[in-house]
Amino acid sequence: MTQTVSRPGAGAQQVPLPLDVEAIRADFPILSRTVRDGKRLVYLDSGATSQKPRQVLDAERWFYENVNAAPHRGAHQLAEEATGAYEAARATIGAFIGAPEREIVFTRNTTEAINLVAYALSNAATAKEEEFRTYAVGQGDEIVVTEMEHHANLVPWQQLCERTGATLRWLGLTDDGRLDLSDLDRVVNERTKLVAVTQQSNILGTINPLGEIVARAHEVGALVLVDGAQSVPHQPIDVAELGADFLVFSGHKMLGPTGVGVLWGRYDVLDKLPPFLTGGSMIEVVRMEGSTFAAPPQRFEAGVPMTAQVIGLAAAVEYLQGLGMDTVEAHEKALTGYALEKLAEIPGVTVIGPPDTVARGGAISFVVEGIHPHDVGQVLDDSGIAVRVGHHCAWPVVRRFKVPATTRATFYVHTGYDDIDALADGIRAAQKFFGTV
Amino acid sequence: MQLESMYQEIILDHYKNPHGRGLREPFEAEVHHVNPTCGDEVTLRLHVQGDTIADVSYEGMGCSISQASISAMYDLVVGKTVPQALEAGEHFMTLMQAKGDPAVAEKLEDELEDAVAFAGVSKYPARIKCALMSWMALKDASARALSAAPGSSAHPATAGSSAHPATPTGGNDR
Repeated sequence: MTQTVSRPGAGAQQVPLPLDVEAIRADFPILSRTVRDGKRLVYLDSGATSQKPRQVLDAERWFYENVNAAPHRGAHQLAEEATGAYEAARATIGAFIGAPEREIVFTRNTTEAINLVAYALSNAATAKEEEFRTYAVGQGDEIVVTEMEHHANLVPWQQLCERTGATLRWLGLTDDGRLDLSDLDRVVNERTKLVAVTQQSNILGTINPLGEIVARAHEVGALVLVDGAQSVPHQPIDVAELGADFLVFSGHKMLGPTGVGVLWGRYDVLDKLPPFLTGGSMIEVVRMEGSTFAAPPQRFEAGVPMTAQVIGLAAAVEYLQGLGMDTVEAHEKALTGYALEKLAEIPGVTVIGPPDTVARGGAISFVVEGIHPHDVGQVLDDSGIAVRVGHHCAWPVVRRFKVPATTRATFYVHTGYDDIDALADGIRAAQKFFGTV
Repeated sequence: MQLESMYQEIILDHYKNPHGRGLREPFEAEVHHVNPTCGDEVTLRLHVQGDTIADVSYEGMGCSISQASISAMYDLVVGKTVPQALEAGEHFMTLMQAKGDPAVAEKLEDELEDAVAFAGVSKYPARIKCALMSWMALKDASARALSAAPGSSAHPATAGSSAHPATPTGGNDR
């Protein structure tokens, strides 16, 4: 059916994987179930949401069975313990990215964290407290994004511009899926108030050169928000090294529960932002005539928080720290290199994004000639292989590369070479089924 | 392999050799429908003479199910009256809600002709919207064509395209 042309160095190489995949799989109950009539679940959709190890599930159950109470309220023992557990989790999660706990704000997910900043910047214009107007965005100001952003890091900025009269500008892409920084100095200029950029593209896998962007943004006095939804789960991050002003990420993509995300912000910046959501527990003094607000992070955490989920996320962080983020990164790099080689061996398969592992994460989007990405996904599903299909909430990227959609495989700590072999076999099965080879 | 239950030979035939494809004139209504979760698109024109559908012409891009569904719908509705076509749409909706129940498909065989081959799709909730997109577009176009003044000349510029989701489903990944 297909022939692999032999050339020096050709053929996908299986270097020993840094992580013990079999031992890790045993921690994930869902990986022992079967799908589609008894087939082993080959889960290659961690980029959409990751599976959860037993340790995370146990932590949530422990909280509900032993501690459950609303933190920061109540005079009883459970409330004290719940507050202690919640704040200890904040410290654990902060330490994971090198941040003090007072710079960690819990949100529902990455999307909400970005909206929090976007709304704070427009609320700033009308804040009665003068210091809350420090970062106000208005007419004549500019917000900069990139063409590879997830809709979550694009639409909130479009909306901010519509609310305030500011202008949205963006950095384009090169044909191999990298940011085109040739006009960085023109796009990011004295009018720029904020640059929002992803660290790892969820569709192309590209890892962006943030240093250059952060340096330029700070040169012109702009804030920088880094979308870490696809980077924090997969590589070691230290916010001091990152140099940005905000980093946002989701718990559910890093082995944690759904319903919890994180906004990290430099304290001096957070301290000058007005609130986004308002209500209980984010206040200082409330009178009928008006209210004043608590200091960060409480200023941004209105209402009873997602306590069990925060505790689950701390357990996920501890699980990842146990494996070592350097090791996780090396593991995925080995898998990515292998997968890129395996896909290159299949005629008719084109990867959308960087073709090698240089500054590239493990999100691999591809198209198969003559077969729509949905149909590819359906045939893979028939073999028990879970991938994502569609535009991956990055419609401008799909449009930029002139494809209707893509099929995307993403990897994580439980992914092994057998999963990637299954993917390659599945793609060949799709080609056979649709008669394109 | 369960795949064959969805990808019936008839469906693959319609996908590879679509019937009635291409945008033609005259038409009384043109609509543009998208599937926001996957990016499937169809532009559909409807030409009605009296009460009868004289032509359905279309351009689209999308998966085999979405594209084959338009082709099978074309065969089924051209030559029928608008109410008959809408009734066929209701039958197709019933088929899509049947969760693969063969009894439902059997009952609708006469009404749906080739389109009954999509019965297997109803076992895959994520793909139902693919099959339904064209029928939603037809329903929308019918309403527009009927609301246009009778006797008015073909393709009024204002009938232009409208973009709205056919069947929105939550597909965001965060």
